[in-house]
This record gives sequence, C-alpha cells and structure tokens, in this order.
Amino acid sequence: MSLSLIIKREFNAKVRNKSFIVMTFLSPMLFVAMGCLIAYLTSVNNDVVNKVAIHDAKGWLHDELKSTDKLKYTDLSTLPLDVAKKTASEEYEGFVYVPPVDNISLLTSKVEFLSNESPNLELVGGIEDAIDDKVTKYNLKELNFDYGKIENAKAESKLHLSKFSGEESHKEGSYLKMGLGAMMGYLIMMFIIIYGNMVMRSVIEEKTNRIIEIIISSVKPFRLMMGKIIGTSLAGVLQFVIWAVLGVTLFLVLTMVFNIQVGAASNTAAVQQASQEAMSGAQLYISEFFKLPLATMFISFLVYFIGGFFLYSSIYAAIGAAVDSETDSQQFLLPIILPLMLGVYVGFFSVISEPHGTVATVFSMIPLTSPIVMLMRIPFGVPLWEILLSVAILFITFFGVVWFAAKIYRIGILMYGKKPTYKEIFKWLKY
Amino acid sequence: MEPILEVRNVVKQYGDYTALNSVSLQVPRGSIYGLLGPNGAGKTSLIRIINQITMPDSGEVFLDGEKLAPHHISHIGYMPEERGLYKTMKVGEQALYLAQLKGLSKKEARAQLEYWFEKLEIQGWWNKKIQELSKGMAQKIQFVVTVLHQPKLLIFDEPFSGFDPVNANLIKDEILGLRDKGATIIFSTHRMESVEEMCDNIALIHQSNKLIEGGLIDVKKQYRSNTFEVGIAPNSIEQFFADMALNTQYISEKAGFKTLDDELKLQITVPKGSTPKELLNYLLRHGDVTYFVEKIPSVNDIFIQTVSKR
Repeated sequence: MSLSLIIKREFNAKVRNKSFIVMTFLSPMLFVAMGCLIAYLTSVNNDVVNKVAIHDAKGWLHDELKSTDKLKYTDLSTLPLDVAKKTASEEYEGFVYVPPVDNISLLTSKVEFLSNESPNLELVGGIEDAIDDKVTKYNLKELNFDYGKIENAKAESKLHLSKFSGEESHKEGSYLKMGLGAMMGYLIMMFIIIYGNMVMRSVIEEKTNRIIEIIISSVKPFRLMMGKIIGTSLAGVLQFVIWAVLGVTLFLVLTMVFNIQVGAASNTAAVQQASQEAMSGAQLYISEFFKLPLATMFISFLVYFIGGFFLYSSIYAAIGAAVDSETDSQQFLLPIILPLMLGVYVGFFSVISEPHGTVATVFSMIPLTSPIVMLMRIPFGVPLWEILLSVAILFITFFGVVWFAAKIYRIGILMYGKKPTYKEIFKWLKY
Repeated sequence: MEPILEVRNVVKQYGDYTALNSVSLQVPRGSIYGLLGPNGAGKTSLIRIINQITMPDSGEVFLDGEKLAPHHISHIGYMPEERGLYKTMKVGEQALYLAQLKGLSKKEARAQLEYWFEKLEIQGWWNKKIQELSKGMAQKIQFVVTVLHQPKLLIFDEPFSGFDPVNANLIKDEILGLRDKGATIIFSTHRMESVEEMCDNIALIHQSNKLIEGGLIDVKKQYRSNTFEVGIAPNSIEQFFADMALNTQYISEKAGFKTLDDELKLQITVPKGSTPKELLNYLLRHGDVTYFVEKIPSVNDIFIQTVSKR
C-alpha cells in the first residue's frame, strides 16, 4: 500500500518534471537534427569544386588527370611556365607541373605540385596514382605485356558468409550488430547515470527539505528507498518505450519518404541505377535487421536496464543519503562511474572484435558491467543459459547491495552537517 | 487511568555515545506533556524511538498498553523540529500523499483536509506549490499534515518556532482544542513560558537521563524553597535592618517584584522548623506589610537549577 503510493509519487514527480518531457521528446529530435546537419555539412563539403591548374607541355598526363565533379583541371600548358605559375597561384588552389621530360619513367620523381596552402591529401594521392598508372602502363608495354589482358586477368573475390546453422550472414549484418550492440550498451550506461542521479537527487532533496523525518515516521526507510528506485526506473522505462515508439514511427515515415523520392528521381537511367544500388544496400541492412533476435534484444534491454539500474541506483541512493548536497557527492560517485566506463570500453574494444571471447564473456557475467557488455553481445547471438546466468548473478548481487545500501541510507538520511568519510560510512553498516 | 504512552528503561547508544540511559516515562492520557531538556539531552532520540524511526537498543515502549508496532504509526502524529515539505509539490496533493502514507484512504484524507483548510482559512492554497508559500504559511500546512489522520498521540518538537505571534496563538489554540477532544500531546520546547502556560505534566531529560517527571504542580511543589516575596514599610528602617542583622533565622535579599508603592522589597526564606505565619508576625512587628507572596519556582528556574546542578 505505502510502497505503491511512494512509487506513484516518485513516478509522477519524474514524469511531470519539465526536463523529463523535454528530454523525452526533444532529444530524439535533436539526434535526428544532428544527423541531418552532419549529412548536410558533408554534402556542402562535397559540392566544393577544387580548381587545379596543370602545365603539361608534352601532355604526358593528359589522359590520366581528368576533371571530376569535385576536381576541375585547367590546362595552362599553352602559357609560358612562369605566367602559368603566377596565374595558378592567384586563381587556382594548386598547380601541377609536369616537366617536358623525354622518358616517361622520369615522371615518378619529376612532377611538381605547388599550392598556397598545404595540399589536400586526397588530391595529392590522386595525382600520384595517375602518374603511377601512366608509368606502370608504360613499363608493362616496354616489357611487352598486354595491359588489357592483365586487367582482365585480375580476380576479385567475395567470401560467402554463413553460420553453421545454415543461416546466411553478411558483412553488413556484422556492422549492424556492432552498431546496435554499441548503441544499446551506451544507452544503458546513459540511462543508469541519468536515472541513478535522479534517485540520488531525490534523496538529497528529501534530506535538505527536511521532509525525510516526517516520511520515515510513516514508512520504513527501506520501503521509501525501494519506492524511489522503482518509481524512477518506471519513468526510465516509459522514456525508453516512448523513444522506441518514436523511433519506429520515424523509421516508417522515413522509408515512405525515401520511396517517394526514388520514384520522383527515376527520370534518367543513371539515377535509377544509382538509387537501385543505394536501395539494395539499405534493403540489405533492413533485412539483416529483421534477422536479429529482436525480441530477445528488446526484452533483455528492459531486464538489464532494470537489473543494472536497481543495482546502481541503490548505491546512488546510499550516496544521496550520506551527503548533504550534490556537490559533496562527487567523491563517492567516481567508484560508480568507473565500472560503467569499464563496461563500455570493454564492450567497444573486446566485444566488437571478439564477441564470444574470454574477456567479453567474463565481463558479461560480472554484475557491475554485465548490463552493458551482455547487451553488446546479444545481437551476435548469446546462448540463453549465459543470459540467464548473468541475469541471475545481477539480481542476486542487487539484493546483496541493496541490503548494504539500505543500512547506509537508514542512518545517512538522519545525519546532517558534515560530509562523512568512507570510514564513517563503513561504521554505519554496523549500527 | 492507564497512561497512553509508557516508555520503559529505554537505552539508545550511537557507537560509544549513550543518547538515552535507561529512560522511563509515563504520559497520562489526555494531557499535554512537556518534554524538556537542554540541547543534546536526548529528547530527539527519544521522540524518534516513539515514532519508530529508530529502534531502542533495549527497553520497551507501549502505546495504549500495546507494545509499539508498525501499525501504531497511524495513531501518532509527529511534527519534527526540522521540518519541511516537498517544495515543488502542490499543497493539496502533498497533504493527501502524506495522509495516505499514514493509512488514511484518499476519501477520508480529502474530507479531513477540507475541514482543516476551512478551519485555518487556507482553502485557496490547494493548488499552490510549497515554494510559493511563505515560511509561516508552510508551517500551517505542516501542522495540518501532522494532525490530519486524527492521531491519539501528537508529538510536536518546537511547534511555535517560525510562527509569528498571531499564528503561534492560533496553533496553540488548535493544540488545546485537540487535547480537549481527547488527544494526548507531547510537546518538546525550549520556550518555558509556553510550558508554564500549556503543560499539565513535564519531564526533564539531561545528559541522557530523566531527572524530573510529574504533574506541573507536583514538580513545582517539590522545588518550592519556602521563599516569600515581601513588601514592607518599616516604622524605622534603621531598626528593622539592625534587627534583621541580629536575627540569624531569616536570610533576606533584595527582591525584584513590582508594586505601585515605594516600600522595601525583600525575598525572605523561611527555614525548616518555622512557618510562614511566624515570618509574617515577625514582619508585622516592624511595620506595615503590603505584599506577602510565596515565590513559586518557574519551570525556567527548575530547569536551570536542575541542569546546572549536574
């Protein structure tokens, strides 16, 4: 009865908070907006055309250095060299000087590139490739090889990937799993930190408001703490569900818009070709996405969120009870953040390179890191018993930790004045 | 009549520090019981034990003859000295929440709340947040929240701090009214004049021990010193003082009471084996006695005397 009252109050206090509403609805929009912005900025960058002048009296590289969408070569070979150089330095971003050597193989060391600013590496590489190509072709010809035949003889392989179970897999699938796993692990870390902090703040608020004594003359401190943790986690789950719904809606809307664009742009054959290629890439990702253990992922996200959140937020609650203000809490927060960071880094470096390796497996069992590491592993397919074992360890640890946390909480909420040391907090455990 | 609250040999230690050293109390039903003591005496520790916020290390507490148990929280109303409410929560919602935590149904809580809001003329505050109220206004809400569930036992820790005289009086009348309706009130304060004015019984705790307990009048009787305040207009001042100097029976000192006349004001203690009548006769032989009153020890005197003796 009183527990449900507390849960309800905490849930309402979180959900009615303006920052919750803003966070829930604005942050996905910000995410999308940021994605669009990055895409836009990249495209703006792509639109810039580099203008490069070229002086190639003998036309050695005339066929190789072709203008493209991003790069425009202007031939100034007709001008005298010094005039061309001067013009180039004033009106062009770079100047390629191909000296009128007699032997093509000399080009490898004689071609110069001049620019006002340090040159774009891509451009330099392109020119070097062009020279290499030209000289290689020349050399091959000198050696009586037929270049065309060599080209035709070149092989290009593509591994056919599949699992022992017969299921086909693609490289794209692996990228997707990495991406999703990393996202879920990261999301869990953020959720734990944000919502754990909320629990801590709410404890500190009751302490500084001095309402705490009234409340605990009505309910047991343990219930108050649990009510707080459960109420806050429900607010977190609600936020996650809203995001999931928004995400799916957005995804559907985007695919619709995408389809319409494809239809509208299919005027020329080339564009149609390109868009079909893009589509097949996107379709591949989508089909890979639906091959993932989605239900397992969603359920395990919730289970690990709740387990991890309960574990961490009981520590957050104990810290909140021990201190008088949020600024005092920093010293105690470090030991919480460290395992979370460790989880994320182990996830990024070890799970992604070897999802079922020893390091990843061990860290997906250790309760402080398992919510993050296991979630990163799950898209790669984890046996059910491992998930169950890890969840069991997580919840057993939670009960142990909550017992300690409750003791600190019980004493701490009635202590005012000075910031306690670790030693004092340890003493509270014995009261 | 059985006391509503009985504390038996309660001991509470925090580490090496003893906050309560085998304290026993009996709070009579329907009384206003003043719990006195200097800062750090152990009053708050005791109150927290009665409220089941903390548990005693040994000893027992009985409410209404029953050993204190979790369900008793609905019979106790507690207003702590350090008080506060959720600042961002609305007044009505908050009061309903706190009343429901005490075990009231939402309907009962709402009815009670409406009664009190009307009584204190604060109906318009229902949808205000605590942070929008002044300190005194918030204190009123605090009072309402404490009494909302109609507890048998009310515990007020420094109830008048933070109130202006008008509101303090209002709250005082409400407390007396609750007592008249049958509630028992434990009342911890440093304001001795309100103890004097309101309490039927007092207990004094000092350095973790209970030193005094009893009805206010009985305690005062215990502490009477047979000292009389005397106003006298002697026939001859010189002779009166000479006689007083020779007389080893009566020890006198200047007194500070106020009268309308300009007589000699003294404070004279009647020694054991003598009576006030003998003193009065003695005085009358020297002149007109205009003032003769027993000096009743105030709670303040008793407090200071007891605390400084230890």
